Amino acid sequence: MREQYDMREIGHGDIALRTLEHKRGGYRLGQICALRTEGGYELLYSFIKDYHMTNYKVKIDEDTEIASISDIFPSAMLYENEMTELFGVKIKYINLDYHDKFFRIEQETPFK
Amino acid sequence: MSLMNFTRTALKNFFSRPVTRNYPFVEREYPERYRGRVAIDIDDCIMCSLCMKRCPADAITVERDKKTWSIQRMSCVQCALCVNSCPKKCLSMERHYAEPSSEKTVYTVTQPVKESEKTERQEAGGIPEADTSVCVFCTLCAKNCPAGAILVDRTEKKWELNKDACVGCGLCASKCPKKCIEMKQDQK
Amino acid sequence: MAKRSVIPFGPQHPVLPEPIHLDLVLEDEKVVEAIPSVGFVHRGLEKLIEKKDFNEYQYVIERTCGICSFMHGMSYCEALERIFDAEVPARGKYLRTIWAEMSRLHSHLLWLGLLADAFGFESLFMQSWRMREKILDMFEASTGGRVIFSVNKVGGVLRDMDKDMLRSFVDAFDGMEKDIKALTSTFLNDFTVGSRLRDVGILTQKDVISLGAVGPMMRASGIAIDTRKLGYEAYGDLDFEIITSEDCDCYARCEVRIKEIFQSFDIIRQAVQKIPDGEISVQVKGTPNGEAFNRVEQPRGEAIYYVRGNGSMYLERVRVRTPTFTNLQALIKTLQGCQYADVPILILTIDPCISCTER
Repeated sequence: MREQYDMREIGHGDIALRTLEHKRGGYRLGQICALRTEGGYELLYSFIKDYHMTNYKVKIDEDTEIASISDIFPSAMLYENEMTELFGVKIKYINLDYHDKFFRIEQETPFK
Repeated sequence: MSLMNFTRTALKNFFSRPVTRNYPFVEREYPERYRGRVAIDIDDCIMCSLCMKRCPADAITVERDKKTWSIQRMSCVQCALCVNSCPKKCLSMERHYAEPSSEKTVYTVTQPVKESEKTERQEAGGIPEADTSVCVFCTLCAKNCPAGAILVDRTEKKWELNKDACVGCGLCASKCPKKCIEMKQDQK
Repeated sequence: MAKRSVIPFGPQHPVLPEPIHLDLVLEDEKVVEAIPSVGFVHRGLEKLIEKKDFNEYQYVIERTCGICSFMHGMSYCEALERIFDAEVPARGKYLRTIWAEMSRLHSHLLWLGLLADAFGFESLFMQSWRMREKILDMFEASTGGRVIFSVNKVGGVLRDMDKDMLRSFVDAFDGMEKDIKALTSTFLNDFTVGSRLRDVGILTQKDVISLGAVGPMMRASGIAIDTRKLGYEAYGDLDFEIITSEDCDCYARCEVRIKEIFQSFDIIRQAVQKIPDGEISVQVKGTPNGEAFNRVEQPRGEAIYYVRGNGSMYLERVRVRTPTFTNLQALIKTLQGCQYADVPILILTIDPCISCTER
């Protein structure tokens, strides 16, 4: 038996709204990740309640700046710092912004 | 909540024999499946270079023209993928780990030249091409291909090669009963 | 007015098996804020997918962690099997389950040892690791490796275990269970141990949800969620209860993990009884095209895998959300307001695996 999950695509303006909806619905933040596509990024947001997982896919350009959800889910802070540092996604209003110093690595980040 | 819970264990430990081995003097017995360092039986090797292609750590180098097989012991991750994929089963995992050393060395084995092979086997390298007008579609080449790169359909009279999978070992050419496979050197 | 000072903690510290750095803001002896930073062992494993094809990558991904290496390999293969829509034969599933539960045993025993070391009980640490050694020997006998097993492949497993081997493992468990029971009475009933663990690092249910803590951290706060109940591999056929505790403190987390050790013994016994005969793997054909999420319950909690292929031998993206990464936020929360002397225990209580976190 394999677990079923939802996958929906939304615009980058809807992220905060959806996150708030899930927060009120008793969900927890599963993960956020970024992946590099041609000329931009795809972001994946996962929310989990009990055993059910809902995922949102957000496609953005390289220069688009998105708003942080770390004020809604505090744990988003770590994921968002990781994304800005390793992938170069532009995120504003992170509640604890490390300014590319979360991963203490020698190499220049973001990795292209 | 109570005190002196550990006393029994401690006392038992005090009067029982040590669980550790007296290391350099008592040799450890490795289990049968132990994945130690990779060893090769070079006489059976057909230089197909499948091990080199599969190695996730890029530790193995096979040089067909020099007839050498070499491994960087320090890069090897002992995953046994080469052993599992070797078509001739000439690779094995020894029940012994690779010795530590202060320098990175490459371990190389050279294959002695066999008299019989000189005449029988075509020059390896390049990619095979079959002359379908002579071919009898016996599928012997497909069966012998270590990489599974050849597809022969007897009913459709088709001979196809997956160029990405082909390792250019020349086994198909040497096995062909009609000698209709030729290794095209310039194409790869 | 209390004096404020900042104390750097780690990356080199006697209590840390792996490097993590914390800036602790202290008011006298009390921690008011903790800011973690990682990256000392960042190896770029997710980036390495560009260089290794999807079959080779299995051997890369299991090196994410030295403790749940089997589970990393298993969940990566499972995610790819979803894309290929391949069904692993029943025997392969059971073998994976047995190895996964053995990993859990080995991980929890390791953690118990580290915890004992953190509160200064050296001999308890050695006794725990002595038990763990037996599990490692079983791994060596069945897979050929003690830490990295390399038995997974996309479509099943590479090695089979025969009846005698399984029998001998289960027989050995009986003796081990007795020894571990003797040890755990020290962990759970001893006065000195209790005084270090009780009422330390309280994490309420509400915090768990908002901070996204997983695994024993979550279950020790009374939330009964165990990803194994999704029924992946053979877990659907096996009978087990989710272990929870209501105390929300370090003691509760210790209790949950200890009970999970005995539960794992039980699950392996059931699996050995029910294991069917047959093939252990299927051949997958072609190259992966599509995307898939996969979730598994690792010893430290739920791990999320995301895999995307574009029809070539090289995958486009592999994302590993390890349990420690999300538990880090819970760590920051529990550290706020604790005594400085409790910091080592609080760090260990999340069972940190920093190599996993940084990948």
